[in-house]
Amino acid sequence: MFLTISTTGTPERPATDLGYLLHKHPGKAQAFSTSYGTAHVLYPEADEQRCTAALLLEVDAVALVRRGKGKGRGGAPDAALAQYVNDRPYAASSLLAVAIGAVFSSAMRGVCGARPELPAQARPLRVEVPALPARGGPGLVRRLFEPLGWTVTAEPVALDTEFPEWGDSRYVRLVLESESRTVAEALRHLYVLLPVLDDAKHYWVAADEVDKLLRVGEGWLPDHPEQKLITSRYLSRRWSLTREAMARLELVRLAETDDSEVEAIDNAVAAEAEAEEKPTPLAVQRRDAIVAALTEAGAARVLDLGCGEGHLVQTLLKDPRFTEIVGVDVSMRALTIASRRLRLDRMGERQASRVRLFQGSLAYTDGRLKGYDAAVLSEVVEHLDLPRLPALEYAVFGAARPRTVLVTTPNVEYNVRWESLPAGHVRHRDHRFEWTREEFRTWAGAVAERHGYDVRYVAVGPDDPEVGPPTQMAVFTRNTHTNEKEAKAA
Amino acid sequence: MTETPKGRVLPVTDLSLVVLIGASGSGKSTFARRHFRPTEVISSDFCRGLVSDDENDQGATQDAFDVLHYIAGKRLAAGRRTVVDATNVQKEARRQLLDLARQHDVRPIAVVLDVPEEVCAERNATRTDRADMPRRVIQRHIRELRRSLRHLEREGFRKVHVLRGVAEAEHATVVTERRFNDLTHLTGPFDIIGDIHGCSAELEALLGKLGYVDGVHPQGRTAVFVGDLVDRGPDSPGVLRRVMSMVKSGDALCVPGNHENKYGRFLKGRKVQHTHGLAETVEQMEGESEEFRQEVREFIDGLVSHYVLDGGKLVVCHAGLPEKYHGRTSGRVRSHALYGDTTGETDEFGLPVRYPWAEDYRGRAAVVYGHTPVPEATWLNNTICLDTGAVFGGKLTALRWPERQLVDVPAERVWYEPVKPLRSEAPGGHDGRPLDLADVHGRRIVETRHAGRISVREENGAAALEVMSRFAVDPRLLPYLPPTMAPTATSTVDGYLEHPAEAFAQYARDGVARVVCEEKHMGSRAVALVCRDAEAARRRFGVDGPTGSLYTRTGRPFFDDGTATEAVLGRLREAIGAAGLWTELDTDWLLLDAELMPWSLKASGLLRSQYAAVGAASGAVFPGVLAALEGAAARGVEVGGLLDRQRERAADAAAFTAAYRRYCWTTEGLDGVRLAPFQILAVRGRSLAGLPHDEQLALLDRLVEHDGTGLLQTTRRLYVDTADPESVRAGVDWWLEMTGRGGEGMVVKPVGALVRDGEGRLVQPGIKCRGREYLRIIYGPEYTRPDNLARLRQRFLNHKRSLAVREYALGLEALDRLAEGEPLWRVHEAVFGVLALESEPVDPRL
Repeated sequence: MFLTISTTGTPERPATDLGYLLHKHPGKAQAFSTSYGTAHVLYPEADEQRCTAALLLEVDAVALVRRGKGKGRGGAPDAALAQYVNDRPYAASSLLAVAIGAVFSSAMRGVCGARPELPAQARPLRVEVPALPARGGPGLVRRLFEPLGWTVTAEPVALDTEFPEWGDSRYVRLVLESESRTVAEALRHLYVLLPVLDDAKHYWVAADEVDKLLRVGEGWLPDHPEQKLITSRYLSRRWSLTREAMARLELVRLAETDDSEVEAIDNAVAAEAEAEEKPTPLAVQRRDAIVAALTEAGAARVLDLGCGEGHLVQTLLKDPRFTEIVGVDVSMRALTIASRRLRLDRMGERQASRVRLFQGSLAYTDGRLKGYDAAVLSEVVEHLDLPRLPALEYAVFGAARPRTVLVTTPNVEYNVRWESLPAGHVRHRDHRFEWTREEFRTWAGAVAERHGYDVRYVAVGPDDPEVGPPTQMAVFTRNTHTNEKEAKAA
Repeated sequence: MTETPKGRVLPVTDLSLVVLIGASGSGKSTFARRHFRPTEVISSDFCRGLVSDDENDQGATQDAFDVLHYIAGKRLAAGRRTVVDATNVQKEARRQLLDLARQHDVRPIAVVLDVPEEVCAERNATRTDRADMPRRVIQRHIRELRRSLRHLEREGFRKVHVLRGVAEAEHATVVTERRFNDLTHLTGPFDIIGDIHGCSAELEALLGKLGYVDGVHPQGRTAVFVGDLVDRGPDSPGVLRRVMSMVKSGDALCVPGNHENKYGRFLKGRKVQHTHGLAETVEQMEGESEEFRQEVREFIDGLVSHYVLDGGKLVVCHAGLPEKYHGRTSGRVRSHALYGDTTGETDEFGLPVRYPWAEDYRGRAAVVYGHTPVPEATWLNNTICLDTGAVFGGKLTALRWPERQLVDVPAERVWYEPVKPLRSEAPGGHDGRPLDLADVHGRRIVETRHAGRISVREENGAAALEVMSRFAVDPRLLPYLPPTMAPTATSTVDGYLEHPAEAFAQYARDGVARVVCEEKHMGSRAVALVCRDAEAARRRFGVDGPTGSLYTRTGRPFFDDGTATEAVLGRLREAIGAAGLWTELDTDWLLLDAELMPWSLKASGLLRSQYAAVGAASGAVFPGVLAALEGAAARGVEVGGLLDRQRERAADAAAFTAAYRRYCWTTEGLDGVRLAPFQILAVRGRSLAGLPHDEQLALLDRLVEHDGTGLLQTTRRLYVDTADPESVRAGVDWWLEMTGRGGEGMVVKPVGALVRDGEGRLVQPGIKCRGREYLRIIYGPEYTRPDNLARLRQRFLNHKRSLAVREYALGLEALDRLAEGEPLWRVHEAVFGVLALESEPVDPRL
């Protein structure tokens, strides 16, 4: 939690002017109390030629964790997120930005009572931040600072020199150098860009952050080529934090139980899902193909098994032929997002009576899934470990037994056509496997045989003569013989 | 209906729907109060009050009866006798109640209070709320009642008691009758015998093998026949003679099979088809006396469709029975007991396809039945089919209860050619069919034998469902999850947050004299299920291929690659074999609790994102900080205190990096991977959770000794007497020495393993006591600074301790259920509970 600002000077413009600019006397070490610990300002060197001011924030890690601790059992509800093992005491994060704002507020505003002409003058500046957390790496650091007139040195810091195979950490040692910037500008750039690069989860961000950003960004942010990224990172971290944290706390604890990162298990929904992203053409084609197959089957009551964020449910709702649409997912988080996307709480009664979302799992049979016209498993099977597939098969084809079942899954042969996909990689990191057309058909054929269904295959997306379509779909229909037997039984 | 001077005696079945019938003012409520418990009685007036605040609001009648039917339905579903106090003089009102009784398979009983109009009017006049009831209402009631009287039995009431006049109504007494099928007071022991089908010689051989001498067991055991005594086989009369005489003398019970039932109808002169072996019975019986045939007819007529025995723990019937039919009495219960449930389809042999009811069975009572010939009797969801096809050349099988031991004799020959081959497994057997969501979903309460009822909240269950479904290994190979463990009480020793003295003191307070301190291996908790071979895995766990599993505390496989798992299991298997443990423990599978090292193998994501990151950041920042402060100091700026403090912080950060590095090393395949087993949890038929730790460790030491691959690692230990200060001091010194060298710490456990305190509560199965350096990984690099320690000592352990005991009890429960061969869903329920509780909010640093 440390940075230095240095300048050089001449007898006419001594470097020690830095003391005036920062409103801090070079001959003293001063301490300031901030919300997160004590900030110290001191000068390791201060003469006409060279003057360096150092800002050291001693973060109180224990207080940081215990802040806002409630009366509930075992402490605050977010106790699971509270990490005593935290880089905040060492890394230059938003806490350091807050300290800059508190300790150098006049300097940031460019005010200097004693030497009013000084703040507006550019001078040679060198800023060093030895441990800057930078999501996006040295490349982004350069993209953020270079347009502002800085010469940037950003060296990645190794995670652990004893384990070189672990690679680099997310920290860089940052040096900014410029002849053309004022001290006030330097401080404002740091104030905004340190937290943007850190991009961490700050539950300590204040509510009036938008105003602050506008004020501090004045004169440089509007024209910055990365303005969009800066703004969204600076602001987006606020609202989602507490809410997101609440939604996944149980999973956080299960991840901790296993000494794994929460991202390793709470990954049913892509991180960006909350933002309304443009649907990819393939996803649209897939939904079109599903709607067409459902219509052809004359299905009115439909299960979307593994509904995720509810895109398909949303599509089906627009077609009145589907009288009952049930979205089922094992991820509560996905269901929450789906419910928000569909605006279930504000939907009219008639529409709302057509749709239901609930948590379910295809690793178990589930009586609630019986008696539907059709079930859709769109991009679901590949998220299961292969040995667990028979359980899904029985839950759907053996127990729920809808008349029609649609299964879509990636065609791995097509992956060579994705330019952005490195060879041998799966399309989503949670894909436990991806099948060739042959493998898919072998599985689907055996399933159909075992459970009394007929199956046909539909290509979704451009059907490449060599590698087939990007998505393959199997349409299972309970065969007439089976239907008759089951009708008789009923 | 007898009449004595003392008044009429009205028998009322213990589980029934009693419908009181009488005009307003006829004394129904008084009668109900006098003869039934207040909670057994639901009155329409009361329900009117519930929905409208006015017991006489006739406008609320419809809603009031909805409520009445709802409550009555809930009571009957729960198996509680229910008395409906309403006029019930109209046929339509009674029809609804009869439907309700039928729906819950209980007997409907009518009690009619036929009291003169004047009496009713007089009584109503004395009640302020009914004083102005028009006389014509009572008149109408009485008219309707009189019209109904003759039809009550035909309407469907199984018993009708009519009390005429005030005196009879007042002097009557109600006696509670048991249901015929309720033999819960009989505790056996029993020998339940499968379908015999006229195989008289095999029956005699089996009875002999079971220890019966001429139909009597010297130890007073009772035989129970599941029916299908007759048809197909060589000597149905001989079988009948033996069974009937045993039943008559009280040495046996018998439930009817569909074959007796059909033969009984034949004997009564009904027209039945002489198929499926009936012809043989009819022919053999022709050689018997008319008198014997008459006896057989009466015997068959008197058979009760099923019996509930042994305090409700055992249900015997011919074709199986779902839980909601146990102890119930209705046509469909009898029909299910005799014929089972069919899907309505017929198979390629022209036989009805049977609905696999046992697959859905989740009841607590064991259901023992026959009817469907299978090659081997095997338990499925706490049910077992004993028809092992004696008449088709299979064997005749008996189940000893409560021993749950199977005894069989082979058929002398094929007496009758089967239409289709015997099915290769029990209905719905080990073919990998999944569990049902209802087994785990929502708020649940799990009954445990060691800590009573443990509840799982819905949100915790939801999180567990996600992890279990998306990441866990096959539930069949996941019979256990380890519980969390509480740390020792917070120490006040200078510089320490945890110190073993507190752990010893706590056990001393709990009355535990002897504890074992086990070295804590800093790795990842691992549970290993090792089967002797793939065949053993298939036989016991129903999986095809894997020979076991190796999984984490949340049930995830350790290795993404199945061959790596098999490699570890293979090494374990070798060691188990070499140590002679298969034979010694009489098992072909073993469940081990262990620690897998290095920590970096599984936790590398967390290590990189959190631990190493902190190390990297601190390593990068302090040189600059110290240089800056030293520069300022050299200039004469007063920074003495600050500089010293930053030097200390830099040292703390370096100590932190050193601390986590101890638990990281590079592995290549299985090279460098180590496994330290510290408890054998269960083997075939036995939970070893109660085996004292010294015996456990002795077994495990042999296991480690016999491992030639370097995989297995021993656990160092020290025994401490908590009452002996000298011994306690030695324990503390051992810990200081071990943690001083960078060890993670130790776990203190009662040597007796499964131990209760003076009040009968489970004591903590272990208390962890973590080393001072290790705790930097938990509480941060600078936690040892005095002001930090002072604040960190404010930690609250109660919830963690309670959680540890609850998870421990669930874990024990899972092991007991596993050992006793309970159905998968029962084991899974407890395992799932552990996972769900792990997501409860508790300080994660504890």
